[in-house]
Amino acid sequence: MKLELRGITKRFGDFTANDSIDLVVESGTVHALLGENGAGKSTLMNVLFGLYDADGGQILLDDEPVVFVGPGDAMAAGIGMVHQHFMLVPVFTVAESVMLGHEEVRGPAKLLDLDAARARVKEISDRFGFHIDPDATIENLSVGAQQRVEIIKALSQDAKVLILDEPTAVLTPQETDELLEIIGQLRDAGTAVVLITHKLREVKAIADHITVIRRGKVVGTAEPTASQEELASLMVGRDVSMTVSKDAAQPGDPMLEVENLSVVDEATSIKHLDSVSFEVRRGEILAVAGVQGNGQTELAEAILGIVAAAEGNVKLDGEVITGRSIRQALDAGIGFVPEDRTEDGVVADFTITNNLILDLYDKAPYSKAGAIDRRYASQNAAEQVERFDVRTTSSEALAGSLSGGNQQKVVLARELARDLKLLIASQPTRGLDVGSIEFVHKRIIEERDKGAAVLIVSSELDEVYALADRIAVMYHGRIVDIVSPDTDRDTLGLMMAGAHEEEAA
Amino acid sequence: MSATTEAAAPQKPQTPSRAQQVLREILESSTLVVIMAIVASMLIGAILIAFADEEVRAASAYFFSRPGDTLSAIWEAVSGAYTAMFQGAIYNSNVDSFAGQIKPFTQTLTQATPLIFAGLGLGIGFRAGMFNIGAQGQIIIGATLGGWVGFAWHLPVGLHLLVAIIGCALGGAIWGFIPGILKAKTGAHEVIVTIMLNYVALNLLSYLLSLEAFQREGQDNPISPTVDTNAQYPLLLGDQFPLHWGFVLALACAGGVWWLMERSTLGFEFRAVGANPRAARTAGMNVAKGTVLVMVVAGALAGLAGSAQVLGTEKNLTLDVAGSIGFDAITVALLGRSRPLGTVMAAILFGGLKASGPTLQVQAGLPVDIVFVIQATIVLFIAAPPLVRSIFRLPAPAHEKEVAA
Repeated sequence: MKLELRGITKRFGDFTANDSIDLVVESGTVHALLGENGAGKSTLMNVLFGLYDADGGQILLDDEPVVFVGPGDAMAAGIGMVHQHFMLVPVFTVAESVMLGHEEVRGPAKLLDLDAARARVKEISDRFGFHIDPDATIENLSVGAQQRVEIIKALSQDAKVLILDEPTAVLTPQETDELLEIIGQLRDAGTAVVLITHKLREVKAIADHITVIRRGKVVGTAEPTASQEELASLMVGRDVSMTVSKDAAQPGDPMLEVENLSVVDEATSIKHLDSVSFEVRRGEILAVAGVQGNGQTELAEAILGIVAAAEGNVKLDGEVITGRSIRQALDAGIGFVPEDRTEDGVVADFTITNNLILDLYDKAPYSKAGAIDRRYASQNAAEQVERFDVRTTSSEALAGSLSGGNQQKVVLARELARDLKLLIASQPTRGLDVGSIEFVHKRIIEERDKGAAVLIVSSELDEVYALADRIAVMYHGRIVDIVSPDTDRDTLGLMMAGAHEEEAA
Repeated sequence: MSATTEAAAPQKPQTPSRAQQVLREILESSTLVVIMAIVASMLIGAILIAFADEEVRAASAYFFSRPGDTLSAIWEAVSGAYTAMFQGAIYNSNVDSFAGQIKPFTQTLTQATPLIFAGLGLGIGFRAGMFNIGAQGQIIIGATLGGWVGFAWHLPVGLHLLVAIIGCALGGAIWGFIPGILKAKTGAHEVIVTIMLNYVALNLLSYLLSLEAFQREGQDNPISPTVDTNAQYPLLLGDQFPLHWGFVLALACAGGVWWLMERSTLGFEFRAVGANPRAARTAGMNVAKGTVLVMVVAGALAGLAGSAQVLGTEKNLTLDVAGSIGFDAITVALLGRSRPLGTVMAAILFGGLKASGPTLQVQAGLPVDIVFVIQATIVLFIAAPPLVRSIFRLPAPAHEKEVAA
């Protein structure tokens, strides 16, 4: 089946999200739609899927014009979509989820035919090696497995064209590799796959054709043989350096010393962190690598005091800070960029101005006689918005109205505004586009060069390599080894699965 | 690594609950929607008035032979009722003296006074993410403590009133502190705790009023002695009008609450904790402390609502001292979108509805329940902004529209 979009235009008020976009996808190929966040990729796919009405243009299936009024029409025509945020009911089983919206019934009582759904899940799962149990409950599945359920759901409706919207944004490196393999299998089975992404490595790894979108327009097509730099500059519209240049570290005295730190979940007695010891020195970046969920989050949170340590202690500049309040830890000179910026980093309903003083509001000069001095707050906001290039109409705009990358800039601007002894940044560039990643990395390295100790937690190996002076690999709540950034990707991958360096190398 | 049996990461606590989201939606509803909600409920009130009116019913019996009779009877009934409400609440043109003409409005303001106090307190809680249903209990305890100071102590002019007012605020603050500390320390949900404390407060007052120390000399009825004149709010406009200085204190509190929430560092903390407790905590704010303080401040303001009753309008303690103020104040706070100015306006609206009750009954011959129905439908419409928007074809707010991704 051949899917063609011809001159698709979609406007929201004055804003043109898609400006006469052309795209042709043929069966048995993977077509990557590459663009920064906000470039209009998802809008285009929502038009295709019948969720938005196009203001202009045509959709053609096998050269026949079609009109989709809703997702039902698109699905009936053989188009399946896996959204970035999964559309699954947490308490349903896999079989129930796959059946949802297309329930089959049997017998005079019209009971749900779960057996048929189970059989179908099993058949698709076996065909592509998904390892999905039809009776597993969605909420007990890992994110990667949930995504495979979404793919099964689309395939069970005989999707000939499968749209994957930012499918790897939520996946670990291993899961990403597995997904790319699955995409390859689907292609070989004759499915047309549209891969929406801003990640260049994946595009190069799997795509047959690449269409690059910028500000709602197709700015070019490329072959997978193009270099990452070429793709990136096409996507961003200017030259982008993929690896931020940094000088060799000049490590000084130990700044952060972690000794036998353990974190235990009281309810389940699971040890999230199992007597971890390491140190980070002034002017040094230690990157903690590992598959998500191996204790890195807890490590970062335990150092700041968000979760309580069951054992061990943390020293900052020679002083024990374990057991202090979060406020005291921040005041002692820790900057903290949380992993989940929308939940923990910003208050979406607050203005950018207020978010920029979220941890400074009761300190001079922002606080005067119990009130907030709004002149200083606005002045600070103006400076930070400028310095961190936060893209917004006004610093009085709500933080919730910003894109993810700009929210992250706000968090970073706030945390770097204080004199830091230690910067902790968890997944600092998750979900950010290439341009923002470069920016964030530069700022982090600047902080190191100013003499702070930096602790990065990241599940993106590219990021670990870009920033680390030393790499600590975590597995099951323990640090497997601390290695130099010269260690190759495969060795690091094996260490992330628990092997020590000697065994892995 | 990703076998199907692998457990998903445990959910973090403190993600905003469904109730909090609903609350936030209500607070964000635009002023226009609030006004339209009032209009819509007046329309529904009109229908009910028409049904409740005897002449309309009589005329509708021969509707098909002379429909004009029914329609004019409906017009008479509805316009008569709303005229009566206007005259009972704002300006009475039937009286000759100027004092008589504006008396209804001063009654409205008097009725509004406790609603302003309590509504302000509830509004602070709502903006800090606390669904405090306990204003009723806080009013009762505030009125009890302040009232007792008022009739059992005998202090000089000025001082006595001050001490009695502080007593009211303190009583309310204590009754707010309990759910606050329980939530902060144990996570007990404030909705349940405050509702239960309302019953505790009422029954505690009932017990106290059975004691000799709280009863009028030579009486067995559950009614306290009248508070000393020294402890009463002085009348604001002379003997002709019921309006007392509690109203001025309420307006001052509205100003104070505005400063607290919009300008002070403490208010910044309250709002941050309410809007995103996790981010507030990560930024070093003490969420537990914030929770307790919010409830104490809200309780103190509710206690002052008690003072408007016991030191102002009623001048003694009875089981009915709080009336339904604690619950009406929830509506007032929601209607005023938890902002001080809005709360004052909403309280005056509700004060007007209350003050017009007797006139409506006497002049228009309508049951006072109509007023309650109008109040209730206002709440209903406020709680469902999309409903009002669809009735009046208002556009959805910007943040509900999907923006290009």
